[in-house]
Amino acid sequence: MSHDDHDHNHGHDHGPHPYQPDIEDAPYTERMVMTQAVAELIVEKGIVSADEMRAQIELMDTREPALGAKLVARTWLDPEFKARVLADVKTAAAELDIDIGDIPIQAIENTEDVHNVVVCTLCSCYPRLLIGLPPDWYKSRAYRSRTVKEPRKVLEDFGTSIPENVEVRVHDSTADLRYVVLPSRPAGTDDWDEERLAELVTRDSMIGVSLAKSPDHT
Amino acid sequence: MTIRRHHDMGGLDAGTVEQTEHDYAMWEKRVDAIVKVLSTPERKILSTDELRRGIEELGPGVYDNLNYYERWISSATNLLLEKGVITVDELGAKMADVEARWQREREQTS
Amino acid sequence: MSETKYKPGDAVKVRASFPPGHVRTPHFIRGCDGVVTQYVGSYPNPEELAYGRDGLPEKPLYRVMFSQADVWPNYDGPSKDTMVVDIYEHWLEQNQ
Repeated sequence: MSHDDHDHNHGHDHGPHPYQPDIEDAPYTERMVMTQAVAELIVEKGIVSADEMRAQIELMDTREPALGAKLVARTWLDPEFKARVLADVKTAAAELDIDIGDIPIQAIENTEDVHNVVVCTLCSCYPRLLIGLPPDWYKSRAYRSRTVKEPRKVLEDFGTSIPENVEVRVHDSTADLRYVVLPSRPAGTDDWDEERLAELVTRDSMIGVSLAKSPDHT
Repeated sequence: MTIRRHHDMGGLDAGTVEQTEHDYAMWEKRVDAIVKVLSTPERKILSTDELRRGIEELGPGVYDNLNYYERWISSATNLLLEKGVITVDELGAKMADVEARWQREREQTS
Repeated sequence: MSETKYKPGDAVKVRASFPPGHVRTPHFIRGCDGVVTQYVGSYPNPEELAYGRDGLPEKPLYRVMFSQADVWPNYDGPSKDTMVVDIYEHWLEQNQ
């Protein structure tokens, strides 16, 4: 099998890989073929059922930042709920019918004094079952290398400036826990309801590279 | 003297974080599903730790030239072969079959 | 339930050991001095799980906080900036 005739380039720098169109639109790669082969073999061998494979794909499709945003918005409105989230995300999320599964997620709260940002330098650990799949850049060499040693500069890359009197705390999630940042509630949202507040909570603010959106930007 | 393994990149110099995103393709979601279903507590055919170790062992050149899901499926496939869950012959035959099928589909639609 | 050697507030040093193998203690933090902030449970050892072994007995896992100025010789930021890394007990030593 020739794998020289697919026309996307593997860059030799360490940037993110370019988007690969679905097979209907463009040549397929060796590893797309491998994926399909393995998927079919494990079903043919009765190791897993086609239904289970489908259900797993659908499960991940249901996980997206909006779930985390809802959780965050409620913490802004309900201090006791916030305390429950800080103590145990799994149980608190279940109150919102969100099942975060078996991998523990810990919530870390941004305050006036501390701004948190999360990275996984060793691979790309991420609180997927609460906020969905991570963006490409979170998995990139640049993010994984630089965030631990120059977080403020990385935040500047995202247009985020943290004042010098606020501590920037970087979390490297190296082990079995995942981390979700609870961004601070923006000013000027005093009588907003949960749904409206949730719209201010971006995925990037739950990673920590951004703040939640302010009301003027919606 | 210290060994720093290639994936262990915290603190190295790098360029600007390019804020690219893409909608996940079906094959990528399939990789994700494969590794998840095979590592359930009931099945334990693969573990996340083995998969990560397999990725780390791909080596610097391969690691950099593959994208995220290409690394995961490479690791998963190597492990499945190592553990005898699938054989080289089965995999080879199936890959040829898949490719032939896709080639026919492309010819029919073009 | 495993016993834990450290508790929040303990001063610890990350072991300056550099083996190959599936190690979840990042290179950049080895040899650094920090303070335990939290015990977050005990888990099977990933270094063993990586080779298909059961990783038992479970190893205690701690969140350890470091001053960025202590981790990076040329840290370009306020002295109050910190880093928190999740580190297994067997990678920590007591600091006086």
